[in-house]
Amino acid sequence: MTTAQDAGPLRVRRPSRIPSAWHIVLIPTALLMATPLVWMLITSLSTLEETRRFPPQLPSSLHWHNYVQAWTDSPFGRWLINSTVVSTTCVISNLVLCSLAGYAFARLRFPGRRLLFFAILATLMVPFQVVMIPTLLIVKHLGLVDTLPALIVPNLVTPFGIYLLRQFFVSLPFELEEAALIDGAGRLRILRSVLLPLMGPPLSTLAVLTFLTVWNDFLWPLVVTSSPNVMTVQLGLTTFQSAHYTNWPVLMAGTLLSQLPVLLLFIIGQRFFVSSIATTGIK
Amino acid sequence: MVSPAAVLIAVFGLLPVVWAVALSFQRNDLQTPGTWVGLHNYRQLVHDPIFRDSVRHTVVYTLLFVPITLVLSLLAAAALNRRLRGMTLYRLAVFIPVVTSTIATGVIFTWLMDPDYGLINAGLEKVGLPPQMFFASPDQSLYAIVIMTVWGWVGFGALIFLAGLQGIPPDLIEAAQIDGCTRRKAFWLIQVPLLRPISGFLLVWLTINALQLFDEVYVTTKGGPQHSSTVVVYYLYQQAFQFFHAGYAAAIAVVLFAAIALITVAQLRLTRDSSTGETA
Repeated sequence: MTTAQDAGPLRVRRPSRIPSAWHIVLIPTALLMATPLVWMLITSLSTLEETRRFPPQLPSSLHWHNYVQAWTDSPFGRWLINSTVVSTTCVISNLVLCSLAGYAFARLRFPGRRLLFFAILATLMVPFQVVMIPTLLIVKHLGLVDTLPALIVPNLVTPFGIYLLRQFFVSLPFELEEAALIDGAGRLRILRSVLLPLMGPPLSTLAVLTFLTVWNDFLWPLVVTSSPNVMTVQLGLTTFQSAHYTNWPVLMAGTLLSQLPVLLLFIIGQRFFVSSIATTGIK
Repeated sequence: MVSPAAVLIAVFGLLPVVWAVALSFQRNDLQTPGTWVGLHNYRQLVHDPIFRDSVRHTVVYTLLFVPITLVLSLLAAAALNRRLRGMTLYRLAVFIPVVTSTIATGVIFTWLMDPDYGLINAGLEKVGLPPQMFFASPDQSLYAIVIMTVWGWVGFGALIFLAGLQGIPPDLIEAAQIDGCTRRKAFWLIQVPLLRPISGFLLVWLTINALQLFDEVYVTTKGGPQHSSTVVVYYLYQQAFQFFHAGYAAAIAVVLFAAIALITVAQLRLTRDSSTGETA
């Protein structure tokens, strides 16, 4: 990805030129794309009266109390913690389990390997809506309905993750392992000390994608949870929406609070996010 | 080594698929044990006017959303693929909807498209157009959802296309320019054809997501007004969790799965690169 650093040499190479005509296209595009989020921020700092004017205007002063009201009216703190616990657990378990399974499918010979791998690829194609009702019944049998584990267990390992990592393990040269095998290292040891250190890019891609998918998931939490204290932040936001239906300043403050962790992570780690998501696009 | 993953995939991946197909031949209310009813659910689907409407809405939505998003993503990627001052900010603005959740997007657009005080109606008034009802109008709700979801997905498409554009060796373009090709011509005649596998991937990915539209409908219109934005997955959700017709909902899910599988295979065949025989 080319970003900030590239601006440097460019300026040296073409000093005192007129700005590129591409700015004429890019500035309106960027403004248009940014408007919804900027308007969310502006509304969240207005008073209720200020949002009931047409045409809309900027707030006279910054009303931070909307954030206080959103935070105290609903358990946003609790929801953010729930989302964090669920997402990070799924990220860690996917990294571990998909590495193990991906390595096994890439390197080991065991009975039923082809059939099992085919079965995993097949589940990759099945939309979630198809398995949603049976998954709910399974979770019910396990006695987990309306608990945080219900949100975690079905996402502990993803066929996508196994497939992604297997493709990368296959591409690593076998000679890397040979020396360690001759020295008597076990498979797990080889995986941990020789191969995983080389798998940085695919592992971080899997981590980012799992985090985003689970953090932003809505349908499964909607179906399997109902108590406010086990809700994730996305589901919580919809109950917050029905409670403050026309109070747009407070609703926008709550919406911004719910997005803040991921937005901040994205702004700080833009390069990292972008390359992680782009990797899967090319694969 | 593979066993923990295999057990989890078996329980939460394979078993539910088989179970879902079985459920579609049952009458089941999610509480008491189901009874077998054969093909009854499927027969009922054919004659269900709301299901037919939901299929029509899903098709209209997909036919609008996918091409619009593809074209805008490609143009955005082309504009973002150069070295300019402020490019980091431009990219941030275009990419940030990628991490904005569908629910937050829905809440924000409900406010932007508010009939009385919304920013979009203010903009329409500025250019001399009458205010619109958007989500509150049976004639507009589906199109309002198209606009909202295009905003949500263009960044993702642009990101993928940009990665593809940057993978094309620059000497190809330079060689064409030496031969007298303009940059615009080089873009359409060299870069766009080389992006074919990536366009194919995006076409399939956007279509699958369009056919599974749910969150944005739930948070803005709840399928209304008057079923005008009820799409297939929203109807499935209503049948399963509001009317407790789990067997009927499972039949909808099986039909959806078959449709997605058929469309995906067709798209993969269509976008196959004839010169290399490689699928997208």
